[in-house]
Amino acid sequence: MTVQTPNEIETAKARSPFSEAWEMFRKNHAAMVALVVLFAIVVGAVIGPVLYPIDPFEMVWMPFSPPGADGFLLGTDYLGRDLLSALINGARVSIVIGLAAAFMSVVIGVSVGALAGFYRGWVEEVLMRITEFFQVLPTLLFSMVIVALFGASLPMITFAIGIVSWTAVARITRSEFLRIRELEYVMSSRASGAKNSTLMFRIILPNALPPIIVQAALMVGSAILFEAGLSFLGLTDPNVVSWGQVIGSNRQYILDASYTVTIPGMAIFVTVLCISLVGDGLNDALNPKLRQR
Amino acid sequence: MAPLLSVQNLCIELTTREGTAPVVDDLSFELKAGETLSIVGESGCGKSITALGILGLLPPRISRIASGSILFAGEELTKLTESRLREIRGNEISMIFQEPMTSLNPVYSVGEQIAEVIRAHQGLSHKAAWGVAVELLDAVRIPNPQSRVKDYPFHMSGGQRQRVMIAMALACKPKILIADEPTTALDVTVQAQIFDLLRDLRSQTGTAIIMITHDMGAVAEMAERMIVMYAGRKVEHGQVDQVIDHPRHPYTKGLISCVPHITADLNHERQALTEVPGIVPGLGEFGKNKCLFASRCAQSSDKCLEDRPPEVAFNAGHQAACWHTEAV
Repeated sequence: MTVQTPNEIETAKARSPFSEAWEMFRKNHAAMVALVVLFAIVVGAVIGPVLYPIDPFEMVWMPFSPPGADGFLLGTDYLGRDLLSALINGARVSIVIGLAAAFMSVVIGVSVGALAGFYRGWVEEVLMRITEFFQVLPTLLFSMVIVALFGASLPMITFAIGIVSWTAVARITRSEFLRIRELEYVMSSRASGAKNSTLMFRIILPNALPPIIVQAALMVGSAILFEAGLSFLGLTDPNVVSWGQVIGSNRQYILDASYTVTIPGMAIFVTVLCISLVGDGLNDALNPKLRQR
Repeated sequence: MAPLLSVQNLCIELTTREGTAPVVDDLSFELKAGETLSIVGESGCGKSITALGILGLLPPRISRIASGSILFAGEELTKLTESRLREIRGNEISMIFQEPMTSLNPVYSVGEQIAEVIRAHQGLSHKAAWGVAVELLDAVRIPNPQSRVKDYPFHMSGGQRQRVMIAMALACKPKILIADEPTTALDVTVQAQIFDLLRDLRSQTGTAIIMITHDMGAVAEMAERMIVMYAGRKVEHGQVDQVIDHPRHPYTKGLISCVPHITADLNHERQALTEVPGIVPGLGEFGKNKCLFASRCAQSSDKCLEDRPPEVAFNAGHQAACWHTEAV
């Protein structure tokens, strides 16, 4: 019946939206370099303590031994503890808290935003007022209060960071839902009898994901910064080493032995910068408007 | 035989900033099993909103069914619960939309989208539903369905996407298929293919079709009966050949004379193409007790502005709502 042209038979192999995004991402050199560096940091955090088994809390040498001297690559801090070991072990805490807090924000934010954007009406009113309440809270102060009240354990710090940073995700998710729920394919799914839960999570959410993924990537970076801020102020689990904690405990010696503060600071800087670059690359790759270029 | 679908005195109200207007005003029609009925009219005359009303998909808060009844296979659709309506949608009454380019979800392959409908309504396993999806793509004449079933919508042309939409709509062998301007966005050659396909599928499955269109050519090609709507009201209703040969309403006559007869003999003298002058009245005019077409009608008289014309029956179910049907 229909005439098959050779072209039609030889159509390109079906590429999923995912593989297309990856192709775009690969063209972004800065993001690719950042991804490689991040990968190295994660690998270092995972296997580093095995390769360099020095306890970061152990006094191993004289205090304030400068980097490279006496066999300690990054030197020692004011108590004579190995800074390289602190850096390796601190990476674990920073990355785990960054990922866990970002994950928590995404779960809360997407749920709130999806319900508000899908159901509209009073559901939206109530949920968005709650979101605004969290938005106007002074975030650092609020999480300090939580940590101070409930104790400085890693889960509590993660919770304290996650609970103050989900509002952006909620607003993005809601705005995407408001846009997508009016599109024709949502109407046509409705007309074929899809349930509300199917519409929300199988039809609309996958199409709303690109900006949420970008936001989530950036949030990992800001959660790491947030954790560093809290532990700099001493609000951290004293039995676990983290980058912010190293900076905080050495801050009195910033003039005498600046490297004790600079080195963990650089670690935070490089990690967060790489996460931002990767997030930027994801933005380019997932944003259909930029894809045309 | 009782009709499959019976719409009686249906009124649908739309609330705008200016107030409430009846965008579908006292519409009645019946649809028998396996029949094709066409609803014709220009944009904004209430065709699509009627279709959405039947499926219970009117935009909430701004529109509602004010009165009337929609009886489908013994069930009153206007009074059903949302969950029962969901079971009917896509399973017993399904719909295809005007814009094939945007009516498919871009993040799933076409096979997954067809299989999803089958799984939701018939409880088939993943694998079985996928197999049915391949068969359906074959039935709507997508070449090479085994591999095309994994394609994403953006790999397909407009005509192919509309075929996929038809496959989705027919996946559960519905009793009624509502086609809302199914070919408006497509090339003329593709339109003809889609009509062929719909006709063949109808004769294979016995699905009744409500075809919403503004294309008189499509009506003549597809439908047995037609309803002409204007400003939310039914102005003419009858067998397609009767209505096209002897329109009894000046609006229908105007619509027909807008269509060029390309198949007419070139040696014959051809009538000049005409247009229907003016535009559809604003929503504020809807529901007034007068003939809403009067402002654009050559035959209008004072009577047309004072009273709403009743539906006058002619032979064999042909009706028209005009004070001057004899003059047309």
